Amino acid sequence: MAAFTLKINGQAREVDVDPNTPLLWAIRDGAGLTGTKYGCGVAQCGACTVYVDGQTVRSCSMPVSAIGTSEITTIEGLDSKEAKAVQAAWVALDVPQCGYCQSGQVMSATALLSVNPTPTDNDIDLAMNGNICRCATYVRIRAAIHGAAKSLEG
Amino acid sequence: MTVHDTKLSRRTLLKGSAGLVLGAYVARADKLFAQAAAKPSVNIAPNTFLIIKPDSTVTVLCKGIEFGQGPFTGMATLVAEELDADWAQMRADHAPSNPQLYKNLAFGMQGTGGSTAIANSYIQMRQVGAAARQMLVAAAADAWQVPAGEITVDNGVIKHASGHEGRFGEFADKAMAMPVPADPKLKDPSQFRLIGKEGVVKRLDSADKTNGKAFYTLDINEPDMLTVVVARSPKFGGKVASFDATAAKAVAGVVDVKQVSNGVAVYAKGFWPAKMGREALKITWDDSKAEKRGSAELLQQFRGLSKTAGKLVKAEGKFEESMAKGGRVIEVEYVFPYLAHAAMEPLNAYLKWDGDTAYARYGCQFPTPDHMAISKVLGLPIEKVKIDVLLAGGSFGRRAQQSTHQAIELAEVAKAIGPGKPVKLVWTREDDMRGGYYRPYCIHRMRGAVRDGKIEAWSDTIVSQSIMKGSFFESMMFKDGLDPTSYEGSNEIPYDVENFRCDMHQVDVGVPVLWWRSVGHTHTGYVVEAFVDELLEAAGKDPIEGRLELLSKKPRHAGALKAVAELADWKNYKVPAGRARGVAVVESFNTFVAQVVELSMTDDGPKVHKVWCAVDCGVAVNPDIIRAQMEGGIGFGLGHILYAEQTLDAGAPVSGNFDTYRSLRINEMPEIEVVIVKSTEKPSGVGEPGVPPLGPAVANALAKLGVGRPRQLPIVPGASA
Amino acid sequence: MSLFKNSMLALVAGGLAAGLLAFAEPSFQEADAAVSNPTKLQSVSAFAKIKNKNERAVALFTEAGKVIQSPRCMNCHPATERPTQTDRMRPHIPLVVRGEGGVGAAGGLACATCHHENNFDAANVPGNPKWALAPIEMAWQGKTLGQICTQIKDKERNGGKDMAALVKHMAEDELVGWGWHPGGNRTPAPGTQKQFGELIKAWADAGAACPKG
Repeated sequence: MAAFTLKINGQAREVDVDPNTPLLWAIRDGAGLTGTKYGCGVAQCGACTVYVDGQTVRSCSMPVSAIGTSEITTIEGLDSKEAKAVQAAWVALDVPQCGYCQSGQVMSATALLSVNPTPTDNDIDLAMNGNICRCATYVRIRAAIHGAAKSLEG
Repeated sequence: MTVHDTKLSRRTLLKGSAGLVLGAYVARADKLFAQAAAKPSVNIAPNTFLIIKPDSTVTVLCKGIEFGQGPFTGMATLVAEELDADWAQMRADHAPSNPQLYKNLAFGMQGTGGSTAIANSYIQMRQVGAAARQMLVAAAADAWQVPAGEITVDNGVIKHASGHEGRFGEFADKAMAMPVPADPKLKDPSQFRLIGKEGVVKRLDSADKTNGKAFYTLDINEPDMLTVVVARSPKFGGKVASFDATAAKAVAGVVDVKQVSNGVAVYAKGFWPAKMGREALKITWDDSKAEKRGSAELLQQFRGLSKTAGKLVKAEGKFEESMAKGGRVIEVEYVFPYLAHAAMEPLNAYLKWDGDTAYARYGCQFPTPDHMAISKVLGLPIEKVKIDVLLAGGSFGRRAQQSTHQAIELAEVAKAIGPGKPVKLVWTREDDMRGGYYRPYCIHRMRGAVRDGKIEAWSDTIVSQSIMKGSFFESMMFKDGLDPTSYEGSNEIPYDVENFRCDMHQVDVGVPVLWWRSVGHTHTGYVVEAFVDELLEAAGKDPIEGRLELLSKKPRHAGALKAVAELADWKNYKVPAGRARGVAVVESFNTFVAQVVELSMTDDGPKVHKVWCAVDCGVAVNPDIIRAQMEGGIGFGLGHILYAEQTLDAGAPVSGNFDTYRSLRINEMPEIEVVIVKSTEKPSGVGEPGVPPLGPAVANALAKLGVGRPRQLPIVPGASA
Repeated sequence: MSLFKNSMLALVAGGLAAGLLAFAEPSFQEADAAVSNPTKLQSVSAFAKIKNKNERAVALFTEAGKVIQSPRCMNCHPATERPTQTDRMRPHIPLVVRGEGGVGAAGGLACATCHHENNFDAANVPGNPKWALAPIEMAWQGKTLGQICTQIKDKERNGGKDMAALVKHMAEDELVGWGWHPGGNRTPAPGTQKQFGELIKAWADAGAACPKG
């Protein structure tokens, strides 16, 4: 075990975990932020998506010891205008079913709109196909991203 | 008579002898539960279903579990309709485990499954709403000293012409203490404001499922709680021979290691040390009773059996005689793999046991049997055990465990470390994927004959494991020693064929199997719809016209087919070059779904561009949730038909994660258009019925494209190699 | 598995008597890439006996080709926009693309979404500080070793490297070096980076002739 100070959503949080612990479990069990989900542990499903210094990262895919002073953003800390547009579009279209993957979906969709305000279907495929939804809400995810993009225009 | 025997059996539970069987079973375990199961009465007491707060929010306690299919919103819709509530004041939560109050009227016990949530609650929950409305009105009448008959309720506002006006919160306490009307009057459907209406009802759980606040079992983090992972046998049926926990106990954060009946449990402060501790265990397994056959051996056995006649399920006319007359005689074999459910949230559960009482919290799909299992393992009376049901990250059948294996393991890990130590039992993705309880591996051998443009003969020999054998369902549901969920859909096809035969070999394999979203229809829907398409092709018929000719006695099948033909403009549509379309219609759980698929071929297998879908589920309660379930069912069906299989290597499951158990992703999701067939029939389920037609519609489109109908699934294998 | 499947399909086909309606069995299984994974490299001295300089160069490059054509190197030198993965060189799942600078699509699924500074075996994800796809002009998949050789020497297609820079790159580059330390259950490139660098240098010194074809 070792103590790490993680900067999560603008707050310093002390976690005492093994250095090889995936960031995901430092966030969930260490910092007690549970919006970030465990789905596969091998960077296949995207349920654990966070931002590390603004870069979309599968939090299961890196050890807590590699974080250093990087700024971590989780679903609980999302507050950009893109995030708000995405979340509003998700609710407007009733995208979620079981909901378990949706934190990761929202994180990825927000990241996409932050760099690409008018994504095509192909852009959406390339940005979002790393996020598995076993309920297959994909039709609505796509529609909601387009909807959020539209709402950001005006 | 419809093909779905399971449904009929479940319905019969309410009044018939099957219900007594469950009653007897339950009685062996506990009197309280027996009362519940034996009692024919339907609970409509508002104070057991509704929490009306002073702020006038109305929380509906949902009997079934919410894991995406929408019962929170559905139950609240039924209540709000009769209560004349404003949708904005409605909330929903799970009812706790209590079979007396919250039994599924289709099962006689508390549980979710068989797409019954709306079907079994449609009248009951409306009665709850109507009773509550009547009681609120009575309370207001008393407070205002006016005749109840002069009071109106509209959008959550109680009013009297004298100027009195109030909201539910003001009268809730008084109203809930009043006697419950025996037979509260229900609205005529023409008066519905919410049921079946577009755009007025939004899901109650969308916001929290978009901002990370939705709370699942994995999110439980209580003080002093230990996270537990269990090392289970790599082969099904293996037992711990011996183990050395020295290294595991040396892992920082690991608190203890104990043997349980299913393996070795590692207790730690957090998930990661528990997992690291498990990796450090040295276990010798006793495989003497384990299943050691691989997929190749199973195929050989199943295939051999399929070439012999099995136990007769149903026969009409003279099948063999008809076949002997020749014509276009067709024989094909279909092979279906084991499939994991692979819900996004792997299995997990929390239990706090202090020696005298136990409190479990998890995404529990079958509360009644789980409740009894926990009581039994811990040696506690039923009433000392409480289960709160939490949201679950999907199930697709995986959490509906007649074996109660997870509840037993949960109670055992709590018991092994002793009272006063709350445990959260967590399955990793690999545990979930390799842990069995799959859709059964099965083979169908189809034989048929076409003469003079007519399907004259049809037979289906099924080789499959039983889902219900050995469980409490066996005595209730088996027919002539056979499991109807293995042949449902194959035994009574909707098409008029004079000479018909269906038989089955029920095979024992040491791999635990379970219902998997749409159960038997996952394979029977495929074979019936692919085979009828093939025979119609041989008969020179159009796939839709040809089916309709054979559906004269099946108006709802025909209705769904006609609706999808119209939606997809079957006759006039110009299919783009390089593409083809296929169709299928399947009834499951008393819901009729027809789908048309348009696809092309790529290097990576079929690419499905669009799916048109028509669904007849009786009265449509929440149209948008019905559409969502069709969309999700199509995506779920497509991902598995294309990519998914669990194979066995000398008995051990090969795929452990999504890198080898390939899941559908957004780039593979087709465009979808859904039409809901107008109906006044009783509402039926939508959670499962969107799945079965998708596979055969894909197969039939591939045949049209000249590729042929896939005989062995998945269509694009190799991911698990 | 694919062999198993093929044999099953054959059984199905064989089981259907003639005269029955016979459709071609659809078969979309990925061909198991004929990937051989040698573990050792011969040292430069083993080629000293080849007197003809060009022949020696060809032999040296062919030996070095065991590295170049290992899945560890080939996977990220795809001929399309999409890399491959695993020893079987199957298409990378999820679907990722080269993108600008070879670091993936902007806006969600860059390489760095999963691949970081180091291998992380706990998640079975490989990593390296320079993790990226080779540019399309450096594509190796689908090419013969001779074609790859010619391409490697071509400054237009090797990032403007002269022979000395090329030798240094092969011998010392840290992303190249990852191929021998890939983590997880990935088969490492054969030999060592040092041996590989020596082979490339000896090849260059012998005139850098390329295998035919």
